[in-house]
Amino acid sequence: MTPSGGTPTDLRLYRPRISTWWWTRKRSYFVFVMRELSSIFVAWFVAYLVLFLYAVGQDAAAYRRFLDWASSPWVTALNVVGLAFVLLHTVTWFNLTPQAMAVRVMGQKVPAFHIVAGQYTGLVVVSAFVFWLVTR
Amino acid sequence: MTRRRVEPLVWLMFSAGGVLAAVFLPILVFLFGLAFPLGWLDPPDYQHLRTVVGHPVTLVVLLGLFVLMLVHSAHRFRYTLYDGLQIKKKRTVAVLCYGTAIVGSTVTLVVLLAAA
Repeated sequence: MTPSGGTPTDLRLYRPRISTWWWTRKRSYFVFVMRELSSIFVAWFVAYLVLFLYAVGQDAAAYRRFLDWASSPWVTALNVVGLAFVLLHTVTWFNLTPQAMAVRVMGQKVPAFHIVAGQYTGLVVVSAFVFWLVTR
Repeated sequence: MTRRRVEPLVWLMFSAGGVLAAVFLPILVFLFGLAFPLGWLDPPDYQHLRTVVGHPVTLVVLLGLFVLMLVHSAHRFRYTLYDGLQIKKKRTVAVLCYGTAIVGSTVTLVVLLAAA
């Protein structure tokens, strides 16, 4: 880049420092960061369900103890907040799907509404199946 | 570069885990996180749960579900730290996030095998 063959000029790029709290200034930014933070609760519920499976793997008494622990105020509070984040994930994920993938049937682009509706149908079917499996 | 070859696979697992979390987690959290512990619904009988959890199909489904959700969570949290909270230690963040997902997946496998 130096036609004269001399040492290149020291390149200093302008990099403005972005505040850690940039997402608190606008509602859409805030929802975006909340949506991304749902990942913490997805991990929490995997850990929670693994603890549940561990208890089931032990014996009936361990299962009873797990249910007692899970009904304590702090676990309940965590699960209520976590469920809100999970639902935010579900709704935003379903809404984004038609934008992330273009489904074509017989050469025609499937309308976004059908993709979103299809996913809610999937949600209902899976929920009904899980409910039936564990409570029958 | 290895990085280039791994990246699409991680995005694929992120998407798969995202779909599974969106579809499976609401009912699982409602039932096992709130309804059963708080007595809104009668908790399932222990023997019945033992039978369901011990079935090989349940083992495969739950393992796939949990591993993909862990990768989804790790991948998303990695970018939350990087873009959202402006933490620019790229390598450390990636190692911590995916490392946690790998450890979590191993623990899941061990627990599922023990319960089967």
